[in-house]
Formats: sequence, C-alpha cells, structure tokens
Amino acid sequence: MTTAVLLQAFWLVFDPYVLLVILCSAMFGLFVGCIPGLSATMATALLVPITFFMPPVPAIAAIVTATAMAIFSGDIPGALLRIPGTPASAAYTDEAYQMTLKGQAEVALGAGLVFSAIGGLFGTIVMVLFSPGLAEIALQFSSFEYFWLVVLGLAGAVFIGNASVLKACISLLLGLLIACIGLENPAAHPRFTFGMNELMSGVELIPMMVGMFAVSELLRYITNIDPPPMIATEKIGNIFAGMWDMLKQYRWPLVRGSALGTIIGIQPGSGADMASWLSYAMSKKFSKEPEKFGTGHVEGIVESGAANNSSLAGAWIPAIVFGIPGDSITAIAIGVLYLKNMNPGPMIFVNNPENIYAIFLVFILANIIMVPLGWLTVKIATKILKVPRNILMPIILVFCIVGSFSINNSVWGVTLILFFGLVSFLLEENGFPVAPAILGVVLGTMMEENFVTSMIKSDGDPLVFFTRPIAMWLAASTFVILLWPVGTWMIDRMRKSEA
Amino acid sequence: MKFNDTLIGAALLALALSILSTVQTYPVIPGQNIGPGAFPGLLATLLAVCAVLLIFKGIKAKTMQRESWVEIGGWVKSWFHLRNFLITIGCLLFYIYTSDKLGFLITAVIITATMFWALEVRRKLIFPIAIIVAFVIHTIFYKGLRVPLPWGLLTPFQW
Repeated sequence: MTTAVLLQAFWLVFDPYVLLVILCSAMFGLFVGCIPGLSATMATALLVPITFFMPPVPAIAAIVTATAMAIFSGDIPGALLRIPGTPASAAYTDEAYQMTLKGQAEVALGAGLVFSAIGGLFGTIVMVLFSPGLAEIALQFSSFEYFWLVVLGLAGAVFIGNASVLKACISLLLGLLIACIGLENPAAHPRFTFGMNELMSGVELIPMMVGMFAVSELLRYITNIDPPPMIATEKIGNIFAGMWDMLKQYRWPLVRGSALGTIIGIQPGSGADMASWLSYAMSKKFSKEPEKFGTGHVEGIVESGAANNSSLAGAWIPAIVFGIPGDSITAIAIGVLYLKNMNPGPMIFVNNPENIYAIFLVFILANIIMVPLGWLTVKIATKILKVPRNILMPIILVFCIVGSFSINNSVWGVTLILFFGLVSFLLEENGFPVAPAILGVVLGTMMEENFVTSMIKSDGDPLVFFTRPIAMWLAASTFVILLWPVGTWMIDRMRKSEA
Repeated sequence: MKFNDTLIGAALLALALSILSTVQTYPVIPGQNIGPGAFPGLLATLLAVCAVLLIFKGIKAKTMQRESWVEIGGWVKSWFHLRNFLITIGCLLFYIYTSDKLGFLITAVIITATMFWALEVRRKLIFPIAIIVAFVIHTIFYKGLRVPLPWGLLTPFQW
C-alpha cells in the first residue's frame, strides 16, 4: 500500500460530503435497526436507490455505515421488548431481556455496543490485512477457478442456513434463472423476455432487492397478528459503566467471537445471523459458567455481539477480492459497485486501489462513531421504540415506490417491487429462504460467463474443470460442502441400524 | 398462507419444463458446442429434480403428518389484516396505473392517506401527515436527486 494511495483514500473519505453521508446513514441505520421488523438488509435496500445518485465512495460508505449501525441497534429492542431489531440479534435477545428484567439493561446494551464496535474493528483489520494478498493470488485465477469459486459460494449459501436445504436450493436456482433473463449472456440472445423491451437488459437489481427485502417486510408487518410488545423498562443507566472490567474479564470470548464472526462472514452465504447464533453456542460451550446462560448473563452477548459485527467486515473480503458476496447485504453492495462501474474483483486493487482503501477507512470510521452515536440512540431508545409504526410503514412504502421509480424513471421499477415483494413474501411464508435467491441473481451472470468460457476453452471436455491445482482444490471443497448433509445422513442411519 | 410442498413442487416442475421447452427453440452458435440455452437448460433440469424431490416430501408430509393442501395463516382469517394486505397491494397497483395521469404528489397523498386509514392512524392526522410526507419525499427526490417524478394534473403548477 503506497502512502500516496492511502492519502488519496483519506481525502476521499474525509471529504465533508462523504462525512455527512456517513453521519446521516449512521443515524438512519441506528433508527431502522432499532425498530423491530425493519432489518439491516431492509435498511440497505432502502438506501440503495439514494446511493444510485452518489459517487462510488459515499455510496458504499452509506451502505457500510448503515448496516454496521443497524446490526448494533438491533440489540436495543431485543433488550427492551424481547424482539430482536434485526435477525442478527436474535441469538442473545432472551439473554439481554433477562438482564433488563434484572435491572441490568445498561450492561446488556453497553456490552452490545462496545463489543460490537471492537468486533467490527477486528473484522476490518482482518479485511485490510488479507484482502490485498488474496487479490494478488486471485489475479492468477482463470475462468475455471472463478467458476468453482462461484459454485463454492453458492453451495455455502444453500447449506449454511436454518432453512431446508432443498428449499434453499430451489430458491438459489430461481435466483440463477432470473439472472438468465435478458440479452446479457455470452451469446447475446434475448432469453425469457416475453417480447417485453423492459426485460431486454435483464431484471434490474435495485427494484428487485427493494421488493424482496423492503416490500416483503412491509407485507409481513401488515399481516402480523401478534399483539404490540411492551417496553420492559424506561430507565437505562450509564451504559459504559464497568465495561473496562468486562473487557479484561471476557477478553478471550471477545477474540473468539470476533475471529469466528470474521470467518463465518468470509464464507459466502452465511452472514451476521449465523455468526451470532454460532458464537453464542460456542460461548456457552467454552464458558466457565454455562449454567448462567439464559438467565441474564452477559458473556454470550459479549461474544456474539462481537461476532455479528465482525462478520460484516468478513463478508466484504470475498465481495471485494472475488466479486462474490458473503451475505445478502454485500450482494446488494456488489450490485451498487457494478452500477458505479467499480466492478469488484482483484483488478479493483490495481485500477482503483484508492477506492478500496477508502472502503477500509469507512469501516474503521463507522465502527468508531458507532460508540458515541450508539450511546445517543440508547439514550433516546424508549422514544424511538414508541415511533408509531402505523405511520412509519406507509412512509416506507412511498420511499420504496419512489426509489424503484428513480432507477430508470418509469413505473416498471414499481411493477418489479410489487412482483418481487409478493413472491418473496409467499416464498418465506412457505419456508423458502430469500438470501440464496439474491446471491443467485448477483452471481448468475458471472457463473454462466465462466462456465461458458471454460467449456469453450476445454472444447466441451468437463474434466478440464478439475485439472488446474487451485480449481481442483476449490472443486473438492465444493463437493465436501455439497456432500456433507448426505454423509451425515448416512452416518446417522448406520449408527441407528447398529443400535 | 402455507401450501403443501406437493403443490409448490408441481408448480416448480411446470416452470422447469416450460423453461426446458423454451430453451430448445434457442439458436445454436456455429462452431461452438454451447449455446444460449445451455446454462438455463442446466438450471431448469436441476430445478425439475428439486421439484420432484419436493413433491415426494409433500406427499410424505401429507400421508404421515396429515398435512392439509393449503394451510390458511391467521392473518387471512382476520378481516383487518387481510384487508390491509389487499390495500397495500392495491396501493402499489394504483401507483403503477395512475401516477402518470394524476402525478406523484396526488398519488402519493392518496396512497399514504389510504394506508394511514387502514392502519388506524388518528383521523385528524391522516391528511396533514400524508400531505407533508408527499411533499418532503417529492422535494428530496425531485429537487435533491433530480428524479423526474410525474406532475400529472398538477403540471400547470409545477415548480
């Protein structure tokens, strides 16, 4: 990293306009994360139409900052209402709520804030240290390696999740098929356009994401029959009291959570939610006081709070280096990078290194300003939680409409949000996860291009896909992931028959 | 609303088969053994396999756990929630079909006010908030981001 590039990145980020964007998106992210039912992904989807009009660095800065903040502030309704603000807080919501009932809301929220920020910085450091090296290796990749990388990423998206593997596979295939629509394929032949000019250039990513993540969540709110939750306490003390002692006491859980979160983030398809659940389980397993878990014990919050934020930075590593998103948020961000002609991949380190280092700086900045802004949000949390959602939701609907309209200034975008909102709502009602579909859409073109190029290079011989050393290693990893459930199923059956 | 997996599987199988029949009509590129239909064809084949597995899963659930074909969710039985769901969809359709003629401001006020009414916002507040929201969003996108939102009936008064 040359000093000149770093200086350039510094100037790009410390521009008053970019700083203002960071501040506004931080407040937006904190607000959205705090409202139950509005997820970090929704925050990103709502932001994207606005970032469409920004230069690349502030656009990405807005997304990075808003998601980091939303993931933290999802802890607030978890602690006060027992409803996680974002799915990433769900793992330790009960724990935090129990602490609130014991009069320790400030400890739960303080731990969430401080350790989220530290976890986020840990993930960022890993990203800064490893991305350039990985990019150099990636420069030597050919279409065979890229093909396997995409398949590996997609396999991860299908197999690492709570939903049925079969349904996740179907969701992924539907996403890949949506990516086939239009002229943008190696043969430039119009596919599945039904004679509609609007479909010639394919399905626009932004309206589709607004539909899948914002309109569908809105429909879920509208159809939610649960009674409104009650705030457990109005009194929240000093959230920073005792944090230093906690930092010393729980330094290993912190490191473990941050490391696990980063690793899970790097694995495509598994985002902050998975990081949070796994690290909470790991925290309980390694804890000296596992019996205290579930009764209002802060240790699990420390570890999984750090993990969910560190996974955010981890997810950006494959996104930047290979152009393969680590979760649905980075999938949206990759869409933005493409729109800004900042195509992710190893060449970005050669062509636009200043932009990449600017993204790194934004991550650091976002995690630092999270502490004071998070403190402020906790201070006014009880008021934010009382924001009438029956007023907020219609406003979000109008934002969705205008945002999707603004992409190509036609109501076609609104038609897309309606279609994808309904489809996504129905899919989720029937147990189909949506994240694999979005990864499929984002990666579909890349997968097809590399598949077709490789097939042409190999003269139609599929065995060539396994001959290059890295490609072979990637293929083996993919098959391990793909065959893992079959293997465990067979072992289970064998054990049962022996018993 | 939850459908038995057999029904979803059958719909997906029909989709996969229609994709497979469509890609058969795609041209072959001379000198290449892989054309525009190859990749979607491969995906549709995999989708068909998954759909068949889902059908089997659905049949198993139907016979073993006596699952019904369609399980109607609590919200469908509640008129308030079903009505609001339909109103939300209706609002989006209303924007698609009328925004050009009525213009963004009028359409946005109607949509927001309808949604506020449906979600039981206090009557006194419905129109004042709907009008403020429409104007604020219009200012952000039309003036700030230069999105050419339609003026429709208000064209003579545009600013």
